[in-house]
Amino acid sequence: MKNIQNLGLGLFLIGLTIFTSLIFLGKYEVTPQVLDEIISNKSIKSEHLINDLKTNVVGKEFSNPFLFSSEITSALEIANETHKQNSEWGKVIWDKPHSFSYEIAKKSGTGIIKEHKGLFWWLTFGLGILGALLYIIPNVITLGPPGIKNNGIWLHAATNRGWIGWFAFVFLVGFYILLYFRPDYIVNWTYIVDPISESLSGNLASQWFLYGFLYCTVMTVMAVRMYIKYRHNKYQILRTTSVLFFQIVFAFLIPEILVRFEKPWYDFKNAFPLDYDFFFSWNLDQLIASGGLGIFILVWGIVLTLVIVPVMVYFFGKRWYCSWVCGCGGLAETLGDPYRQLSDKSLFAWKFERWIVHGVLVFALVMTGFTLYTYFQGAEAVLGIKTQTIQDIYGFLIGAIFAGVIGTGFYPIFGNRVWCRFGCPLAAYLGIVQRFKSRFRITTNGGQCISCGNCSTYCEMGIDVRAYAQKGENIIRSSCVGCGICAAVCPRGVLKLENGPEDGRINPTEILLGNDVDLLDFLKQK
Amino acid sequence: MEHIVIIGNGISGVTAARHIRKLSDKKITIVSAESDYFFSRTALMYVYMGHMKFKHTQPYENWFWKKNRIELKKGFVKKIDSENKLLLFAEDDSLSYDKLIIATGSKPNKFGWPGQDLKGVQGLYSKQDLENLEVYAPNNQVCKHAVIVGGGLIGIELAEMLHSRHIPVTFLVRETSFWDGVLPKEESDMINKEILRNGIDLRLSSNLKEIISDENGQAKSIIIEETGEEIPCNLVGLTAGVSPNIDITKTSTIETGRGIKVNRFLETNIPDIYAIGDCAEQHEAIGNRNPIEAVWYTGRMMGETVAQTICGNKMAYNPGHWFNSAKFFDIEYQTYGWVWAQPKENEARFYWEHKSGKKCIHLNYDKNTKELIGINNFGIRMRHEFFDKMLNEKQTVTYVLEHLADANFDPEFYKLHEKEIVAKFNLENNTNIQLRKKSWKRIFQTS
Ligand SMILES: Cc1cc2nc3c(=O)[nH]c(=O)nc-3n(C[C@H](O)[C@H](O)[C@H](O)COP(=O)(O)OP(=O)(O)OC[C@H]3O[C@@H](n4cnc5c(N)ncnc54)[C@H](O)[C@@H]3O)c2cc1C
Ligand code: SF4
Ligand code: SF4
Repeated sequence: MKNIQNLGLGLFLIGLTIFTSLIFLGKYEVTPQVLDEIISNKSIKSEHLINDLKTNVVGKEFSNPFLFSSEITSALEIANETHKQNSEWGKVIWDKPHSFSYEIAKKSGTGIIKEHKGLFWWLTFGLGILGALLYIIPNVITLGPPGIKNNGIWLHAATNRGWIGWFAFVFLVGFYILLYFRPDYIVNWTYIVDPISESLSGNLASQWFLYGFLYCTVMTVMAVRMYIKYRHNKYQILRTTSVLFFQIVFAFLIPEILVRFEKPWYDFKNAFPLDYDFFFSWNLDQLIASGGLGIFILVWGIVLTLVIVPVMVYFFGKRWYCSWVCGCGGLAETLGDPYRQLSDKSLFAWKFERWIVHGVLVFALVMTGFTLYTYFQGAEAVLGIKTQTIQDIYGFLIGAIFAGVIGTGFYPIFGNRVWCRFGCPLAAYLGIVQRFKSRFRITTNGGQCISCGNCSTYCEMGIDVRAYAQKGENIIRSSCVGCGICAAVCPRGVLKLENGPEDGRINPTEILLGNDVDLLDFLKQK
Repeated sequence: MEHIVIIGNGISGVTAARHIRKLSDKKITIVSAESDYFFSRTALMYVYMGHMKFKHTQPYENWFWKKNRIELKKGFVKKIDSENKLLLFAEDDSLSYDKLIIATGSKPNKFGWPGQDLKGVQGLYSKQDLENLEVYAPNNQVCKHAVIVGGGLIGIELAEMLHSRHIPVTFLVRETSFWDGVLPKEESDMINKEILRNGIDLRLSSNLKEIISDENGQAKSIIIEETGEEIPCNLVGLTAGVSPNIDITKTSTIETGRGIKVNRFLETNIPDIYAIGDCAEQHEAIGNRNPIEAVWYTGRMMGETVAQTICGNKMAYNPGHWFNSAKFFDIEYQTYGWVWAQPKENEARFYWEHKSGKKCIHLNYDKNTKELIGINNFGIRMRHEFFDKMLNEKQTVTYVLEHLADANFDPEFYKLHEKEIVAKFNLENNTNIQLRKKSWKRIFQTS
């Protein structure tokens, strides 16, 4: 078994190494036809840029994406600067330089990867998946009989912020930086998923398609790990199946198929304000322009946030979304499960969390307010602040840095729910409903708690569950995503997630159950 | 300001301190030689197993004590001078008190086995024991084999711990079946199987004769009394129960038996000195309870009670219905009320076991009145409040079975077995009990 696992680990690492090294392979050459295509597609009017590209780029072979990218982005920047100085606004190209460069690179890459997309898919994804499964599946035997097997988690460098954890951290952060800010460096990655993308939407793969596909793959493989680890726990199994289903079908397949039918890309479960650009003018325009379905999406999006989300939270707690439906939660609960113990449980962290997560919610709402005001008033700015600027700041700080780079990149260091806990505006909204108007609670089983601390240690949201359990108090916390792990790891059967009447949800407990009744009466009389 | 000094920063001492702080403004000092801060002894196993780090076993953050004006003093109390209300420390300083609470806990039993003080021979009680384990049994290279002596709750925990690091374990149990002084035969059998299932070399009816030393004064093997068999090993775990740790009373006039003798108010024979937790012994047992109760919950309850008394609401220790819990490898165990190993004269039993052999319930009730006396549940979680209510209201076994759906505390979507349980009872007793549907209303009426 150990040998199979080592083989699996080896294959996985080979796959990962090939995947990483793909960036450096292949060549880029822009033909005159490609340039013409770009010029007409993007209706480029800047003769500066066109000339610059013609002399410095066209017909030349670039041996790596970095040189290629720097050539194109600098050409773009120089051209834009000149036009701005001359106030030739019509000639300025508003694309982000690296997205612009990505589009050219996607068309201009040549070499072995583009010619053998299938082969490279197998060498990267294929080996990675196979290796990971070979590593994971023997756990059925190596973990021992079904039950909580957290053995060695705090002794292993991958899961106790050791060197492997830091390595994974650097790798993930690097990945997200490339994905969000340097897509032109990773065109080679997108080639290997082109065939899949074409079969779904008919288009070549963008970096976002690559990300979506990778996301589903990682979640599926890590869900297998969850199924094995928690095979004695039906709540965990159903929950994992549910998030996997919503990710693959709702966040990945349906949107791609919508695109195939020339409808807008839309993830039906992605609720505002997590879906922060839902009310952006381009999205509203696009929806309104796409006929019946567009209007349906518009109405659905609003009803989802205003009615479905709070009503479901009332009945089931925010877990229905965060641990059963949401894609961010889905990744956190699969890829992130090995890191859940790393969340900070201190009171300080809790205070910090409340400020920042509600801060993001306010930010999202203010931004949306601005957006809608400008949309309906036709103005560009409110109180002298340009809506576009706010949107850009939000997109950069929250959408990219917080949700991506920090949210997932920091898994191996700060635990798997960094984004959900500190950054997600939807979680903040759900949390307020859960805290004040919900039937959901985690019931504490009388006086059975032995203060061992397993529950707090494994709470990914950094809730000090023990602090409540040892006092016999039910756990009612806005941040609880109802993952059920605290109840799973408790060795004394103290915790139960349940939905019940609001009466008695918050239980006063001066004295724990077990001490005699007179004492209770005594305290009540006081 | 009155100065309350507490010896021992375990659950009893700390609970007392917390409640005294809640109720009053007195000066409070907790003394301990073991650790700087309160930690959960019950969680020691999880540190060795790598589920947690030591700091996770500490229920309160380090700033908590200062914020609540509870002073912590690290030191070993050598002598209590009750005449002058003074504590003398091994470190040669002293501390005066107005009221003293002794909460010094237990220590592992040693029965005078030859070799019991060798290196690599230890109990599992303190933080230091945990540290020693890292020295003598960090992995299966250093510790090629371990022997555990004594089949109780701590013994099986130690077996699970060593097993988690792939160290082969031989488990010597004096009784004919695991923990059969407490568990009825069926449950005890189930746990025997669970131990074997986990690859532990379980030796029932086996006593330790002696531990043999190597040339460096470290244990190298043990000999079994009954068979004379010698088992080579690098670690010997002595887990044959615990006894009250009352060393500090030896030079004082505090009355002791096996533990520090206290009355129902947890007062010792010396005014202003109280004893709580594992180290206390009731003059007279309360109900069916043991005069010495060495469990977490009772320590906590005594802490709560003595705090009331010290703060002027004189209150007797008056525990409610007995409850307890444990985990045997993967099988969780809870108990409410009493289910003795052997049924008493007036008792009838009902036992149900799931076909997996990993779940069961055992009901104990009065033969004639049918009143519930207690339940053991293994592999199924049950609601504490439910059974507390049943016992308070003196409900019959019929009533309990009818409402069993209210009692289940397993996570959502778990398979429920109530129907099967009730059907079995009906079959065996010729009754026609109908299972009622779970009712939130009933569940929440309890409190
Ligand atoms: C491994 C293990 C697992 C357990 N699991 C469970 C369980 O699952 N459920 C359950 O109910 N119970 C369990 N118990 C029992 C439970 O932990 C004890 O009943 C409880 O900890 C007793 O608390 P206490 O406060 O009375 O004493 P302790 O926790 O023993 O605290 C006494 C403290 O006093 C200190 N002390 C003693 N003498 C002196 C001195 N002279 N000077 C200074 N300091 C001194 C000691 O060093 C110690 O720190 C377990 C025990 C062990 C060892
Ligand atoms: S409190 Fe429990 S259910 Fe809630 S997030 Fe934490 S571990 Fe999950
Ligand atoms: S895991 Fe269970 S017993 Fe341990 S502290 Fe949490 S609620 Fe208490």
